[in-house]
Amino acid sequence: MTDLLSLDLAAARDALRDGKISSLELTDAYLGAMEAASDLNCYITTTPDKARVMAAAADQRLAQGDALPLDGLPLGIKDLFCTEGILTTAGSHILDGFAPTYESTVTSQLWRDGAVMLGKLNMDEFAMGSANVNSYYGPVESPWKSRDGGNARLVPGGSSGGSASAVSARLALATTGTDTGGSIRQPGSFCGIVGMKPTYGRCSRWGIVAFSSSLDQAGPLTRTVRDAAIMLRSMAGHDPKDSTSANLPAPDFEAALTGDVRGMRIGVPKEYRIDGMPAEIEALWARGIEMMRDAGAEIVDISLPHTKYALPTYYIIAPAEASSNLARYDGVRYGLRVEGETLDDMYAKTRGEGFGAEVKRRVLIGAYVLSAGYYDAYYLKAQRVRALIKRDFDEAFGSVDAILTPTAPSDAFAIGENDDDPIKMYLNDVFTVPSSLAGLPAISVPVGLSGRGLPLGLQLIGKLFDEATVFRAAGVLETAAGFSVRPAGGQ
Amino acid sequence: MAALIKGETGDWELVIGLEVHAQVVSEAKLFSSAATAFGAAPNSQVSLVDAAMPGMLPVINQECVRQAVKTGLGINAKINRLSVFDRKNYFYPDLPQGYQISQFLQPVVGEGVLTIVLPDGEKSIGIERLHLEQDAGKSLHDQHPRKSYIDLNRSGVALMEIVSRPDLRSAAEAAAYVRKLRSILRYLGTCDGNMQEGSLRCDANVSVRKPGAELGTRCEIKNLNSIRFMQMAINHEARRQIEVIEGGGKIDQQTRLYDANRDETRSMRSKEDAHDYRYFPDPDLLPLILTEDYIADIAAELPELPDAKQARFIAEYGLSEEDASQLVEERETAAYYETVAEGRDKKLAANWLLSELFGALNKVGKGLAESPVSAKFLGGLIALISDGTISGRIAKDVFAEMFEHGRDADSIVEAKGLRQVSDAGAITDLIEAVIAANQDKVVEFKSGKDKLFGFFVGQVMQQSQGKANPQLVNQVLREKLNA
Amino acid sequence: MSLDKATVSNIAHLARIKVDDDQLETMVGELNNILSWIEQLNEVDTEGVAPLASVTGHPLPLRADGIADGGYPERVLLNAPDRVADFYSVPKVVE
Repeated sequence: MTDLLSLDLAAARDALRDGKISSLELTDAYLGAMEAASDLNCYITTTPDKARVMAAAADQRLAQGDALPLDGLPLGIKDLFCTEGILTTAGSHILDGFAPTYESTVTSQLWRDGAVMLGKLNMDEFAMGSANVNSYYGPVESPWKSRDGGNARLVPGGSSGGSASAVSARLALATTGTDTGGSIRQPGSFCGIVGMKPTYGRCSRWGIVAFSSSLDQAGPLTRTVRDAAIMLRSMAGHDPKDSTSANLPAPDFEAALTGDVRGMRIGVPKEYRIDGMPAEIEALWARGIEMMRDAGAEIVDISLPHTKYALPTYYIIAPAEASSNLARYDGVRYGLRVEGETLDDMYAKTRGEGFGAEVKRRVLIGAYVLSAGYYDAYYLKAQRVRALIKRDFDEAFGSVDAILTPTAPSDAFAIGENDDDPIKMYLNDVFTVPSSLAGLPAISVPVGLSGRGLPLGLQLIGKLFDEATVFRAAGVLETAAGFSVRPAGGQ
Repeated sequence: MAALIKGETGDWELVIGLEVHAQVVSEAKLFSSAATAFGAAPNSQVSLVDAAMPGMLPVINQECVRQAVKTGLGINAKINRLSVFDRKNYFYPDLPQGYQISQFLQPVVGEGVLTIVLPDGEKSIGIERLHLEQDAGKSLHDQHPRKSYIDLNRSGVALMEIVSRPDLRSAAEAAAYVRKLRSILRYLGTCDGNMQEGSLRCDANVSVRKPGAELGTRCEIKNLNSIRFMQMAINHEARRQIEVIEGGGKIDQQTRLYDANRDETRSMRSKEDAHDYRYFPDPDLLPLILTEDYIADIAAELPELPDAKQARFIAEYGLSEEDASQLVEERETAAYYETVAEGRDKKLAANWLLSELFGALNKVGKGLAESPVSAKFLGGLIALISDGTISGRIAKDVFAEMFEHGRDADSIVEAKGLRQVSDAGAITDLIEAVIAANQDKVVEFKSGKDKLFGFFVGQVMQQSQGKANPQLVNQVLREKLNA
Repeated sequence: MSLDKATVSNIAHLARIKVDDDQLETMVGELNNILSWIEQLNEVDTEGVAPLASVTGHPLPLRADGIADGGYPERVLLNAPDRVADFYSVPKVVE
């Protein structure tokens, strides 16, 4: 059992192809682990029957030697991806009972490539949150425990908290997540795993419940950089059903993992040394820089002058888009309806009861910044600043190939902490939001432990559609860091 | 030009601007591949995108863009090389996304102009813009005492919203504008113009003012689904506003609904909320960029439009302005006429179409599309008249036969032996016989009773069963009588 | 800019979200905190900077006209909370 779960995605792929293990036994091992660790609340819905049917089919193909790229590999899916005939909630009460009659492009590509679905993963409601405490289905717990005594339940980060915790606790071989302002990378950092957000437009958004359309991107959460490259190849690709999907083939990202960064220019932005950053984060970053330098990369000091404005920019644009994207949850065609005397009464009650506190806050902020008389001052201003943030990156990439920064300004905190202050919660994404606003690919790689024994990641940011360089640098960083600590609360 | 309205405090001037919503002719919807046909079973032409299912995304239909550009060129408007799709946010059950994808600040078509013809001359009406947007679904309010039913078949069908300047000064001008616009749309094939099915709908912005004064506060009247109702609604609304102002009141800017059964407008309860549509660029779409080549290609394919056609009919065919204008209003009429007139006497063709055929169709309450006489057959009849095979009088009989049985002129003329007699010898024989039989009348005629000439013509024609060539009869008869 | 209760109420109505009176006060405070934090953007000189329209600069793709979707009322009505025959249904609307 333990042996099976200890295989990473690449190793499991090889073992399946070599006939050393079967998909069914691998799948059963995960289903068993999921049940044993149900306290972590990673999954909203498990699909054991479907998983076994898919695994059996994969075993047949494997036996015939017709293995598909992900054949027989059991995955967990963030509950933001619509899955045909399977409850899809976005972590929200308002999607009560919603069983889509369609499959998202990203997940359909995973199944096309032979992967096995274990279930749907818990998340912050509508992907809004950085701690996975905003789910209607309850908070997700990280398998990690702090070394500083106490037995506090820690957050896995968010919004892809279920996805991150599940990979860390070995409740899935790999998972899908989505990242709008850091929702793959920050939980990746908190849980000691790899989280990759590709370039905006690399993965189709079709069938993914929308939060902020100009920012949302799907990506993988995995144990290793190689696993992320394998996953992304299946997830990515042009989709004519998404007007913002890039008309580019999905390259073999795994081939980019040459282990060689000699001559690569790695930028280190001075603006990421923010006030009040814990010394251990600063030290981790310095270690990462040393590792890259030792591997033969050239370290270049760069400036991204508008970095400090990224978060407020994000907190105008994302809520504005969300306020509009979430208008369709009105109790008419699917999900929750709370009856009312009049139509407006029905709308207001349905949405009042169906949305949680953070979602309501953001919808209201969003409606306000778009409202008559405020549009120019807020929304348009934010899009202008966003253009400046993008310009900062464009200029920096004139002299570097990738940028190295911390992923998050802290390690994981306890469930319940930071709940009272939305802005404090928002600050979790201070390092991840700028690259989101510019649409750039970025990955979080686990590099070390905090003083409390909790994982910390570093982020590598690349040029538009240059995931290959990001993966290559991340592979080297991963090898140099040799992060191999396992959470105490996992299997 | 402006028709002033008399009030108790003097004359009032009516100021009208129109927003015409024209459904684009296309197979599929603006942002989804579901069908657009009218009259389908409820919710049977609805895609997951149209029902705004979670995670669904819009992809634009190139034909709708093409049709909008074509229409823009047809109204002499500026085509914008870059345009942007925005979301107009509001809640309504027939708007499943909670927003309408429309164009706000940067529409695909900018300023244009449309010329209307009025009894006292031509008038140019400014067009402010044309933009593409999604149509809404339909709410049925009369099926259940406490519920409204929603059918999304129309949801997402492409609309062109064409906004005029407030250049119209009477209900008649507004009617002329809509007729002209409708005619152009139908010539272009960009909208079928069917107001009964809602393919063409109007909202009228109406205000009144003392002549020359500042613009008054306007009210928007919705739900105008025929030109007649639009005129009634505008006139009613103008009278209402004058009464309010003259009674010491003030006009509130509102959206009003026209009730044709009661001939009145009333404030729309559902629109009472001051709307704040929170427009912003749709992040699911990117800016629409059109190249000069693309626009030039469409311009090169534009059909001849009614104004140009009318001018050509007058200049080249020698038709009167009135006839030409009647012939070009409907694209089908003009096409029918051009088939009839092809290689034939243009004026004769116009007369026969406008008086004989339309007269006959009117009598039986049919339109040109249902005419039992095809353009080809009517053309055949004109040819027989022109080449002297039959006389104009016989032609009327032949036409009646054609109209009744749908047969062609040639076979009727052959079968009934109606060919005109133009043989001078045969006509002379006939005339001599008539003179011989009426010697008393000949004497009277020669003594100065000129009116009797008609009697002789009549006798000859009667003897020939109407087939004698009347001109020849006249000529020979005059020779014989004056001999 | 500072929001008052009436403004928040109005926005909540625009967004069709019922906010109980006892929550309203808290909401006003939270939204004002967020807004005043956001307003640091006023420090940025954006004179002459065009708002970002797209991160990748790719053109808008156009699809061919043709019927390739719809025709499945069951699929679109399947999840409807109050379906009557092949219609969605809502509390009666008075226009």
